Amino acid sequence: MKNKSTYIPEKMFFKGKMSKVATYIILSFWALTTIAPLLWVLLNSFKNNDEIISNALGLPQMYLKTGNLFTNFESLGRFSDNNIFRGFMNSFIISGSALFGILLLSSMAAFVLARFKFRFTKQVTAYLVASMLIPQFAVIVPNFVIMREIAKVIPNFQGSYMTVIIPHVAAFCNFAILMLTSFMKTIPAELEEAAIIDGCSIPGIFVKIITPLSIPAFVSVGIMVFLWSYNDLITPLVYLTKVNLPVTVLISQVQGLYSTDYGAMMAAVTITVVPVLLLYVFSQEYVIKGLTAGAVKG
Amino acid sequence: MVFKDKKYMLLFLTPAILLITVFLYYPLYKTFVYSFTNFSNWSPKFSYIGLENYKRLFEDPVILVSLKNTGILLLGTIIVEVGFALVLAILVDSIRKGFKFFRMVYFFPVVISGTAIGLMFYLAVQYEYGLLNGLLTAMGKEKIEWITEQSSMILVLIPVLWQYVGFYFVIFLTAMASIPQDIFESAELDGITGFKKAIFITVPMIWDVIATVIGLVIAGSLKVFDVVFVMTGGGPLDSSQLLSTWLYQQSFVFNNQGYGSTIAVAIIVLGLLIYVLSSKLTQRESVNY
Repeated sequence: MKNKSTYIPEKMFFKGKMSKVATYIILSFWALTTIAPLLWVLLNSFKNNDEIISNALGLPQMYLKTGNLFTNFESLGRFSDNNIFRGFMNSFIISGSALFGILLLSSMAAFVLARFKFRFTKQVTAYLVASMLIPQFAVIVPNFVIMREIAKVIPNFQGSYMTVIIPHVAAFCNFAILMLTSFMKTIPAELEEAAIIDGCSIPGIFVKIITPLSIPAFVSVGIMVFLWSYNDLITPLVYLTKVNLPVTVLISQVQGLYSTDYGAMMAAVTITVVPVLLLYVFSQEYVIKGLTAGAVKG
Repeated sequence: MVFKDKKYMLLFLTPAILLITVFLYYPLYKTFVYSFTNFSNWSPKFSYIGLENYKRLFEDPVILVSLKNTGILLLGTIIVEVGFALVLAILVDSIRKGFKFFRMVYFFPVVISGTAIGLMFYLAVQYEYGLLNGLLTAMGKEKIEWITEQSSMILVLIPVLWQYVGFYFVIFLTAMASIPQDIFESAELDGITGFKKAIFITVPMIWDVIATVIGLVIAGSLKVFDVVFVMTGGGPLDSSQLLSTWLYQQSFVFNNQGYGSTIAVAIIVLGLLIYVLSSKLTQRESVNY
């Protein structure tokens, strides 16, 4: 009798030996489309203008010979208004703070929804789900007005990091709350019961039991909201002043500034894309899981 | 454990709810209000002008272009994006060697920001040094001016579609992994393999997921902004304008916040309309297993 566990059904799409070849050709073709543009940008960020035109697809040679391979990257700091390196710092401050704010507020709210006997749990959940359907473009103008009103009370508020962090926290925490609530519901209650008997307070339970046990959910929700915030263009484009601009906005202005310096533009793409790709390659499973779990938000 | 303490309930829940109310629901309401005003140049003095902005919306030729472009985008995403993702998922699901590699590289564009992708494709279609003209030269052909009034929408469509194929591919792949193997086994005993199996077993088995994904791409197609903004800025001559880029231009470049808000209302209404239509169309009995 055939052992069931070792039986692997034939799953090939096409028939016969040719099928395998055809499958791999199609798959490799799509892989090529996702790799080739990146490789092209990467290679060309190490070439000067002449070489980019004359030797578009080959390996960089001139800068390699002269030993100043990173010329293009150095020239990215040329405009004080458009310093990509400072843009990185801004991006990390903004998205890092948004991430922190989202995880803090969402875990607190999720704790209530998952663990409290609360009459309006259903209504609050519906309120959160509905808020996820509000498109960014529908709030961008009024929020600008609100920011200006706040700036009248708090000096230096206009154009500060907070004008982007707050809308990001508001826009992404609804989803984080729903994800964390469903995770916290799966945490067994015995630990909390024991803690209550030992005289632990409710904030104590939240800090010492719920938070540490929710770390896996924090990681996948965190990756997701960080990337959303990091990749967002329109909010910082509209709300921030020059020195506080994150890398996405600077990148969107590069064609105007460096219009004749092709190498620098290539370098600008490379320098934005490479860190994210490295992060992705080393934490693939988390990123894929985190992002596809966030599919509802898209 | 079920807690009842009202004090902590309020303390823990209020900040998030307050933030959502103030920065999502209240602005949403404000957008509707502004759409009936002549709000411009961020001046706090504006007056209600009735349906003036809506009249303008229906007479605006750029709105017509952006609606047409949104339509192209919708068809493109549903047919090309979902189609490619599905085919690639079926193929990758059928192999053992290289499974992880393909999944990794297909997901590359998803993690990159739309802005960087926009700039990358902007560089790729440039006349002097672009990748496409580089390939043409390598094949011994003449260089071409790629971005024209006629081609601009198709050119911005390519990166938009390309970026998210990998995303839906992974969703389909995950769904396929949860189809029980014995269904395939019995299908094989009946002599059903390859193409037939994909059409008659795999696709119906994950129909729920396909319907959800179609809903997602439709919602997503109204949000497209970054790639178009960076690649063409809606040009040349507004030929690749979308509702989102036109809203940006009206509100923040021409400083017409009243009319910009009317475009925002159009986006909301259109979104709801398409959502209702698509959920009607993709509704089908779900398969239980």
